[in-house]
Amino acid sequence: MVAVRYETTFQLYPYEKVAAQDAAPQRHPVVIVGGGPVGLAIALDLGRKGTPALVLDDHDGAGTGSKAICFAKRTLDIAHRLGAGKPMLDKGVVWNVGRVFRAEDPLFEFNLLPETGHRNPAFINLQQPYFEKFLAKSINAAQSEGAPIELRGRNQVTAIDPKDDHVAVTVDTPDGPYQLEADYLIACDGARSPTRDMLGLDFDGRVFEDNFLIADVRMKADFPTERWFWFEPPFEGAGQSALLHKQPDDVWRIDFQLGWDIDRKAELDPANIRKRVDAMLSSQTGTVPDYELVWTSIYTFQCRRMRDFRHGRVFFAGDSAHQVSPFGARGANSGMQDAENIAWKLDAVLKGKAPEALLDTYAHERGYGADENILNSSRATDFMTPKSEISKIFRNAVLDLAGKHAFARPLVNSGRLSVPCVYDDFPLFGPDALNGPAVTRPGAACTDAPVGEGFLLDHLNDGFQIFAIGTTAPKPSQIEGFDVSVFYVTDPSDDLRKRYLGDAAQAVYLIRPDQHVVARWPDYDASAVTAALKNAIGKG
Amino acid sequence: MPLTLTPNIPDPDGFYDELLGAHAQLSKDESDALNARLILTLANHIGDREVLRAAIEAAK
Repeated sequence: MVAVRYETTFQLYPYEKVAAQDAAPQRHPVVIVGGGPVGLAIALDLGRKGTPALVLDDHDGAGTGSKAICFAKRTLDIAHRLGAGKPMLDKGVVWNVGRVFRAEDPLFEFNLLPETGHRNPAFINLQQPYFEKFLAKSINAAQSEGAPIELRGRNQVTAIDPKDDHVAVTVDTPDGPYQLEADYLIACDGARSPTRDMLGLDFDGRVFEDNFLIADVRMKADFPTERWFWFEPPFEGAGQSALLHKQPDDVWRIDFQLGWDIDRKAELDPANIRKRVDAMLSSQTGTVPDYELVWTSIYTFQCRRMRDFRHGRVFFAGDSAHQVSPFGARGANSGMQDAENIAWKLDAVLKGKAPEALLDTYAHERGYGADENILNSSRATDFMTPKSEISKIFRNAVLDLAGKHAFARPLVNSGRLSVPCVYDDFPLFGPDALNGPAVTRPGAACTDAPVGEGFLLDHLNDGFQIFAIGTTAPKPSQIEGFDVSVFYVTDPSDDLRKRYLGDAAQAVYLIRPDQHVVARWPDYDASAVTAALKNAIGKG
Repeated sequence: MPLTLTPNIPDPDGFYDELLGAHAQLSKDESDALNARLILTLANHIGDREVLRAAIEAAK
């Protein structure tokens, strides 16, 4: 039996019995446990490269509830590379303006003022089920073009037995259990990861604990598309902070930070939720618009991570490996960065092009990303819920000053929004032989810029590639078994020049399959590129 | 620029008087709040992280 733990909004991979259930255990190169955003993204990335990926999920689609709603530019860039970006952008709500209140008073407003010359905005709000649906649709499209991806719904992993040369997996289904084997297994099964439990592994650190009440309300209200954040909200029982944020389909996300010691049952009583929501919605307009409670939930979060994201042939990605508070939208967005990081490395190792040790760099690089996210998230939490008398005095001093003086506003911390980390000085990157802009230094994710009628990221692909500006165009080549393509721009736009050349007249970039800059030079030198590529796949 | 730890305030007695004067009639909570706002305002004026770090150390 496979228990139903939650309702699904979209059925994306209905259960179908497969022949393998009645046969001897079959070996799969990659088995992904969990069909959420991270699991689906890894499967899609691998499948597009021709490496078979099998996703096992104990449900058959996207769970109900908006959950992660804030998707950052980097995530949209990754989705764009995977062919899933456009529907997300079409459906999502783009927002730029935020207002910060303290009790009744507006303190200040900010505008993300996104840089021009990017295909994707700084952020969109989109309910997580849509995000998963669009990834699943792209998987279906890739499958129809022959990508070896298989999604098995209502396939619950009940036992994991790591062996020297594979992982033995027991799977339960509505037709009973069966066995399979994986060369590598990736646990993308969320914060309460059953895989983690089955392997007897745990988290390090519990930096912070709190409860949030989420209410998604549907209303035809004339609220602006802005992020409204309250410190010390004036609504009765609203807790320490509150957030109002627009989603697609006339739905608004409302968060109330309730503190640690609460009566969950009473807090989830719709009458109590409505009291809070009424007070919030009327606080700025004086009236309560008609609205419908779409989804409510109380959730607890912690800032913590597993010490190691790799255990032999088992990898952890997304919430199963690390968790942060929701301030800053660093959960799902960091999970997508895990996905792009591990996919190309597994592909290269499974194809025999890179040494097995390359896979260790996934844990190293993404552990660093998790630390950065936990640091940002913990700092925001310290500001929002001061832990001592003096920290509260300083917090309130910042808020007092922020209403009057611009200098204090950057100190106000209601979450630092997700940006990808830069793998500065990590072993797979370098050299940086160009006196170029910091934003595109080795270790950074390629930032977008206008090229012709389109954008740079439209021209970058899933493989290793050379991006050359203004110099002699190198020829595509094969290095260490990788097809290295070339994208060449003779006449860079101003934004492209600013982001990739700076004061340099010309440049040659080596970019790895997850579109991070490996190395850069002022001139093309075949032997330098070969050395940098060898280093980037762990053969350095 | 290194942290200045030699006398640098003209009319030190006058400054001290002004500082205490700002706290006159304030409750303990109000004074704590004023001090915090003052530290933040001065810190922003200095701006230099090295100097601020040295000042925190020097004050310990």
